[in-house]
Amino acid sequence: MVKVNHVPMGLIETPFHARLEPLSRAKSWTGWAGFISPLVLDTVEFEYFAIRNQTTLFDISPMHKYRVTGPDAAAVMNRLVTRDVTKIADGRVGYVMWCDEEGMLIDDGTLFRFSATDFRLCCQEPMLTWLLDTAWGFDAQVLDESDAIAGLSLQGPTSWSLLQDAGFAAAQNMKPFDWREVEPDIWISRTGFTGDLGYELWVPKAKALDLWDRLWAAGDHWGVRAIGFEALNLCRIEAGFVAAGVDFQPVHAVMRLHRGRTPIELGFGKMVHFDKGHFNGRRALLQHREAGARYTLAKIDIAGFKPANGALIYHRKKKEVGFVTSGVWSPTTKRNIALAELKAPYGIEIKDDLWAEIYVNEEGRWDKRLVPVTLQDKPFFINQRARATPPHPF
Amino acid sequence: MAKHDTYDAIVAGAGHNGLTTACYLAKAGLKTLVVEKNDWIGGAAVSRSLIDGWTYSNCSYVCSLLRREIVRDLELPRFGLQVIPYEGGATFTPEGDYFAYMSDHDALRRELARHSPRDADAYDRFSQAVIRQCRFIRPFLLRNAPDPTSLRPRDLSELLFLVKQAHGLGAKELGETLRFWTMSIGDFLDSYFESDLVKAHIAGAGIIGTGLGVYSPGTAYVLLHHYMGDVDGAIGAWGFARGGMGAISNALGAAFEEAGGEIIKGAGVDQFLVRNGKVTGVALENGDEYHAPIVASNMDVKRTFLQHTDRAALPSAFTKAVERFKIRGSSAKLNIALDRLPSFPAAPKGATFLRGDMHCSTTLNELERAYDDWKDGRWSQDPYFDMLIPSQIDPTMAPPGKHMMTVFVQYAPYDLEVDGVRSGENWNDATRKAMADCVLDKIAVACPDIRERVVHAEVRTPWDIEREVGLTEGNIFQGELTFDQLLFNRPVPGYAQYDTPIRGMYIVGSSAHPGGGVMAAPGANAAREILRNIGKGKSMPDFAA
Repeated sequence: MVKVNHVPMGLIETPFHARLEPLSRAKSWTGWAGFISPLVLDTVEFEYFAIRNQTTLFDISPMHKYRVTGPDAAAVMNRLVTRDVTKIADGRVGYVMWCDEEGMLIDDGTLFRFSATDFRLCCQEPMLTWLLDTAWGFDAQVLDESDAIAGLSLQGPTSWSLLQDAGFAAAQNMKPFDWREVEPDIWISRTGFTGDLGYELWVPKAKALDLWDRLWAAGDHWGVRAIGFEALNLCRIEAGFVAAGVDFQPVHAVMRLHRGRTPIELGFGKMVHFDKGHFNGRRALLQHREAGARYTLAKIDIAGFKPANGALIYHRKKKEVGFVTSGVWSPTTKRNIALAELKAPYGIEIKDDLWAEIYVNEEGRWDKRLVPVTLQDKPFFINQRARATPPHPF
Repeated sequence: MAKHDTYDAIVAGAGHNGLTTACYLAKAGLKTLVVEKNDWIGGAAVSRSLIDGWTYSNCSYVCSLLRREIVRDLELPRFGLQVIPYEGGATFTPEGDYFAYMSDHDALRRELARHSPRDADAYDRFSQAVIRQCRFIRPFLLRNAPDPTSLRPRDLSELLFLVKQAHGLGAKELGETLRFWTMSIGDFLDSYFESDLVKAHIAGAGIIGTGLGVYSPGTAYVLLHHYMGDVDGAIGAWGFARGGMGAISNALGAAFEEAGGEIIKGAGVDQFLVRNGKVTGVALENGDEYHAPIVASNMDVKRTFLQHTDRAALPSAFTKAVERFKIRGSSAKLNIALDRLPSFPAAPKGATFLRGDMHCSTTLNELERAYDDWKDGRWSQDPYFDMLIPSQIDPTMAPPGKHMMTVFVQYAPYDLEVDGVRSGENWNDATRKAMADCVLDKIAVACPDIRERVVHAEVRTPWDIEREVGLTEGNIFQGELTFDQLLFNRPVPGYAQYDTPIRGMYIVGSSAHPGGGVMAAPGANAAREILRNIGKGKSMPDFAA
């Protein structure tokens, strides 16, 4: 008889679960890449305001993490992603997107550069096969580190003060997208998904709880709060960040045809570096650039106070031209904001007379609101503290 | 040499309402000047640092009423305003127990049931009644008060709106509305609850800032006035402005300056200049004179007309009505710098309700007795207070590990009685300290170590508030929020639409409809009225829609 390692059924625990579980008042969990992840620990409202006013911890261990090493590692990454990886220096992080041969987005993520021969790619979707396919013929190895590395996102205006009190003063002069090993086995990057001041901390799984305890103990004076996905999601929409499976459909994961979008259509044309040489999808993207975008993912401001998630967008109140992919009331900017996919030329050449059709259920009665939409060219939440170096105390 | 200059409009006083009016006038293209007597802006929505490292919200201290339409329209968040909700509250008893208000509804029901099983359900019905009334009132806040004697189409349409809204309520709800507008909060709560502690906890909102007791008719409305705001749509929720309440005024000031407006600080108005029944400008205490065909006073109606306007320019009936306007000071304030968080031995570890409003008044009778002291010219010997420690949530208010406490005290008279003489002059360091001691003694019910924690304290009596902020008698609402002084009676019958007997002169502060609180509604409504009168009504957004 062979000894079979039966796989666990259902969701499994992340390295930080032992700390999260006792903090959960809401008992509201979700599955994230097979792991138990909090949607809400206490209330969305207070978790959200802790991100924008104090500091917060969010467990990002379920992210997929791949290590790409070897003499050709830089060449592999440069072939994978649309932007020029040679411009990302050692000890820096880059936001990256990668496409299939048709120029359709597979996923986005963060690329951490240890050196020209050593990278870590962090992303939402499983990517091992695609990485191996891309690395074929190159002198490079791909290793799935997803289970080995635990990650914690520390976000909010007092996050630097907390880091300092936790003994990580070495992070003081880190600029946005810097990353470095501040202590053996503890790597910090000044990155995040909130648009606010914040850091992500990366440790081997076995050191996860020590790191949590150290940050938590230092956080008392800085209002630290553990948060769930829902509060984070409000912040990422305010910051104008896109989410896989929500604002775009990862082309490897969709069953229906024509769900793919190019980085240009999602508003990331600046991240496609045609002049860097060949990369996956380059030829197709050149053709797309010639032909013009078929869609645009727009940031929109919506009148009224009712969140517009899922609302259809009309031109002149009649012609259906798109829909909201992520819509929320923004408690910090006090605006009704959304990301919306619009079919060209709406949102590109035609920007006026756009309307959102919002359905609201007010205690059992459905009501329809047709409210004006204004296109925005900047993220909804912009705060100078997110970029200040050295960071402010709060 | 004294300065002279000419503007399209002048606003006297840089309180939050004056600044709101000024913003809208400037955005409509008027060359607008704001003059402010203090060296800082904000009036009673102000943050000041009186001890290194700490920031106080010296006067108003929490935010809920500020109209979201105005915040959005003037883009105040872009100018640094961030409003953060707080989580609950508690009333502590001398026996070491407490009643906690919690934002978690299930926990709140359990807590209510701990004090009275019957009150747990009663609370939901009470909330329903309150929220229904709030929903009724809220649409009126950004509209003019209807004038029932006017036949102008606009007044008729406002009146029709009121009638329609009221008619829509049905007989039962309309009856409830009348109860709310006329009853005492004490009677109202007695009709729902049996627990003294629960009643006392809720009743505070009915007397804050008001020269009335919990059993005085009219206090139920004052409670409503404190519940009709919202934070991000949660009606009745309250929050802190990050950086203190001055953040609101500073955001308004920045928005005004971006729109091309000009603010002169340290320049109090001596006299509103009037010629042939028309306003022509302001003469300042420093001798400067500025001229404009439109002058908006952010001062309360009494200060505006009884101290800074030539009586000969006013109809005597109007002046008499202004003199009658009730604007009694009834509240004091302690702002305290703490060396660390005081202990709350009654509260469980990590209790979230400590991040909310805390009190130590346990019965309605106790609150009524506190009012009796005020009537006699004394501060309440057993005072009601509304106490918060915002630095638990807002990291900008105190150094790390240290805290800032704001204590709103009810009641304190304006004209303190000492040896049979009632006078504001009786407020001095000795009487201030005696009152503060009285309050600290009562805070010790909740936190026995409070005195050891105090690093610095600012004590503000109605007398101090009048002298610093300019609010007559230190009344925080620029006039009591009683039915006789609301809607078309606010501030004076016939002049409830921000206008005055002097052409071109307007009242834009909380003396006007819909009244006090950091709401900015009077300021915005007044701006709409001013712009309409000069044919620029279209430049104001239609909030009512």
